[in-house]
Amino acid sequence: MTEAILAPVASLGRAVLLALAAIGRIAIFAAQVLGHLLRPPFYAREFGLALLQIGWFSLPVVGMTAVFTGGALALQIYAGGARFSAESVVPSIVAIGMTRELGPVLGGLMVAARVASSIAAEIGTMKVTEQIDALTTLSTNPLKYLVVPRVLAATLAVPVLVAAGDSIGIMGGWLVGITRLDFNSATYLKNTADFLEAWDVGSGLVKGAVFGFIIALMGCYHGMHSGRGAQGVGAATKSAVVAASVLILAANYLLTELFFST
Amino acid sequence: MISIEGLHKAFGSNAVLRGVNLAVGRGESIVIIGGSGTGKSVLLKCILGLVRPDRGRITVDGAPATVPASDAMLAHFGMLFQGGALFDSLPVWQNVAFRLLRGSLKRPKDEARAIAIEKLRRVGLGATVADLFPAELSGGMQKRVGLARAIAADPQIIFIDEPTAGLDPIMAGVINELIREIVVEMGATAMTITHDMSSVRAIADSVAMLHDGVIRWSGPIAELDMTPDPYVQQFIHGRAEGPIAAIR
Repeated sequence: MTEAILAPVASLGRAVLLALAAIGRIAIFAAQVLGHLLRPPFYAREFGLALLQIGWFSLPVVGMTAVFTGGALALQIYAGGARFSAESVVPSIVAIGMTRELGPVLGGLMVAARVASSIAAEIGTMKVTEQIDALTTLSTNPLKYLVVPRVLAATLAVPVLVAAGDSIGIMGGWLVGITRLDFNSATYLKNTADFLEAWDVGSGLVKGAVFGFIIALMGCYHGMHSGRGAQGVGAATKSAVVAASVLILAANYLLTELFFST
Repeated sequence: MISIEGLHKAFGSNAVLRGVNLAVGRGESIVIIGGSGTGKSVLLKCILGLVRPDRGRITVDGAPATVPASDAMLAHFGMLFQGGALFDSLPVWQNVAFRLLRGSLKRPKDEARAIAIEKLRRVGLGATVADLFPAELSGGMQKRVGLARAIAADPQIIFIDEPTAGLDPIMAGVINELIREIVVEMGATAMTITHDMSSVRAIADSVAMLHDGVIRWSGPIAELDMTPDPYVQQFIHGRAEGPIAAIR
């Protein structure tokens, strides 16, 4: 009888302990990465390549996401605003919504899907094929050579992608506004500029930097801890995307509380 | 040159090494034989500082091995991995010259490339291979590039993990001869792990058999066929019957 009552509690306890252990391992990994960020050697070529892969090549997917989101947002706000004759708020709400929330979050999630998976698969394959061991035997620290350039590149590139996504998303809203909702182009743009504050944009960029750090950290962590064989690499890739996505949403809530709660 | 005393390593409940004792002299080419999963690779990785032993002592030239190994110690080592472990994103010459392009052994790029091409030539590959990527090479060529990388910085100790795995018999013979030539020519200490008896006979000065986590037998290659040890006899003749359990 007692065992039947305690069994679910024990299962819950085990799950909590496993979760805490995983959080601890990731925290130690993050601390190691931050420690290596400040100490030479620095691998400029690897950093440049990572910047290109994570930043430049993610621009199309972030841009496409932003333009459709901005357009849909304009339609929704117009339809909702019409219920209490507030259609004129479309430009300002689109701009604030894109810069504070949708730009960084959707951009972060799209980059997580594209980049965290690719980093985890690449590093996981390197681990399975002993390339990580080979790096060590060649007197090269894998954390410094593989992880630090990617984390640094993502932390710097994602805010730039968010800024581009914000602009493209606002443009998407403007395009829908003037073609479908009968807004005057100049008035739409003036409204956008008048109501948008610097911190609306700045807070989104800070979020972007945090999301970039999370994306690369999760990709690298799961890649470096990948299991054996194709199945191990597949599982690492899946875990990297899931963990990065959930952490982005959780971090977004915490940062929003921090920045905007009164 | 390399001394291993009472080395233990377990992964969970699986005790892979249970007190390995082994001494390898300077310039000696020792081949470690043993079945799959007997811990040969783990032994190499313990010496290289890639795996932390649970107990025991490893010294290289009298200096204790650490985990991770120091740069100064790793500078003495070259390693040929079983699958080559070439870096896919780098062309062949940068793989070979990896150590010469960064760290304490860094050279000017042109000099590093010249050394890489010379090492490629030494393993029988032309300069035309230098700018190819590893994915463009056959398995045998990848082994040669891996060997060129292992010897690029003229190491005093070379570790070789399953040099003929995945190669046809003719290419396996070529690689075995090449390893033997290079080890003799460089005067390096070599430690090879394999279960391919043709590699053992081509490469070894001495042989050690790892079984059940300990060195079951060791001695000069000339004594390998004469030893009455039933484990060694079963292994070298590839018999299914004998003291080593075979899962069927």
